[in-house]
Amino acid sequence: MDITLEVNGETRHLSIDPRVTLLDALRERLGITGPKKGCDRGQCGACTVHVDGRPVLACLTLAATVREPVRTVEGLAADGRPHPVQQAFAEQDALQCGFCTSGQVMSAVAAVEQEVADVREFMSGNLCRCAAYPNIVAAVEQARSTKESADARV
Amino acid sequence: MRAFELTAPTTLDEALTSGATALAGGTTLVDLMKLDVLTPPRVVDINALPLRGIEVDPAGDLRIGALERMSAVAAHPQVYPVISRALLLSASQQLRNMASIGGNLMQRTRCGYFRDVAMPCNRRDPGSGCPAIEGANRMHAVLGTSDACVATHASDLAVALVALDARIELVSTQGGRSVALADFYRLPGDTPEREHDLRPGELIGEIVVPRLDWAARSTYVKVRDRQSYEFALCSVAVALDVRDGRVADVRIAAGGVGTVPWRLTAVEAALRGGPADEAAFEAAAQVAADGARPLSHNGYKTALLPRTVVRALLEVSRG
Repeated sequence: MDITLEVNGETRHLSIDPRVTLLDALRERLGITGPKKGCDRGQCGACTVHVDGRPVLACLTLAATVREPVRTVEGLAADGRPHPVQQAFAEQDALQCGFCTSGQVMSAVAAVEQEVADVREFMSGNLCRCAAYPNIVAAVEQARSTKESADARV
Repeated sequence: MRAFELTAPTTLDEALTSGATALAGGTTLVDLMKLDVLTPPRVVDINALPLRGIEVDPAGDLRIGALERMSAVAAHPQVYPVISRALLLSASQQLRNMASIGGNLMQRTRCGYFRDVAMPCNRRDPGSGCPAIEGANRMHAVLGTSDACVATHASDLAVALVALDARIELVSTQGGRSVALADFYRLPGDTPEREHDLRPGELIGEIVVPRLDWAARSTYVKVRDRQSYEFALCSVAVALDVRDGRVADVRIAAGGVGTVPWRLTAVEAALRGGPADEAAFEAAAQVAADGARPLSHNGYKTALLPRTVVRALLEVSRG
């Protein structure tokens, strides 16, 4: 079947089997490999992308059912500068092997945007086998305080 | 995943006459299709159907469209705390952004034997047997079980809704019907493959929570192996109306212990009219696990259930 996806601001046309997940469409058909295939069963969060601004699991989403804009980690940087959450992950050393990082970052962006009270609870859908959790939480908190001071200046 | 035909109608009539398996958030269906547990030849994407909206109607009943996402319902200011809490303690934030509440009520059990097509399972393959009864059954049910199936019902939301006497409005081309959620789910008995009362050609249209003015005083307590992102070993939904130190009215249901969401009417009856204190809560909770049939590895649930009931009552009475 023929589908149209809007990914990181670009309109992309694809001809796919209905079985193709959003994750496989992004990675295998569009060459957008930021979202990672970890468990492929909706349990690890490595494939987290935003659809209509909300984090979802691309591995449990059929590409043909996606009607709203998709944003992946590749779409976060603006004007050649990393997103404040990406910057915070680098500064807080919030990764070891990096495989889960793009999914962690996509959830973290939502955590900051939604001003969540409990970061650990919100981030529990993103597993990190290197157990970089303390630094991931620190990165989310750094990005949140960066945003708060930016908001205060406005 | 087996090949299937996918359609995406925009009208209810097209969807209801399609004869295809309904796909909303996909968090159960796509998962189980990948595991070959479900192999529907035709799937209908129902996300474009007009089954949305969260509102309080003129009678004061809360009406929630079946396609509303778990995260949207949890965040809505007019949703009772016990419902919000049950939703926020479910799954992960990504899954809550995806899963519809109609789909949440239709989710399948997390029994490991059900999810593994290499194993027998009476629920998936009627008559093939139930390895859980003699096998790894630590997570399984102690209430409402049969010799054919001991799988728990996995939904937290359903527990909260059963406590509040919620109904579901079913839509079909024959018109609609209204069913109490507590009557919608079937005990496994000899036919565990028949999990609910949804007929072919029907969809859940709306969830209706009757007005309950004192349900602002309600909560959901979930006991699990991990602090987050895990299914319940035992959970309890409570709404409590305390007047002059006495229990004027109460609603209690439990999850993680039954083959269906388990209303604790005997505990409610023992509490009504009595003092709203810890001793009375402890005494009433003693009947919570009456009728339980523990298996080799889940006997702890008969002790955990009354304790969780007491904790939920204490939390809400002190709140």
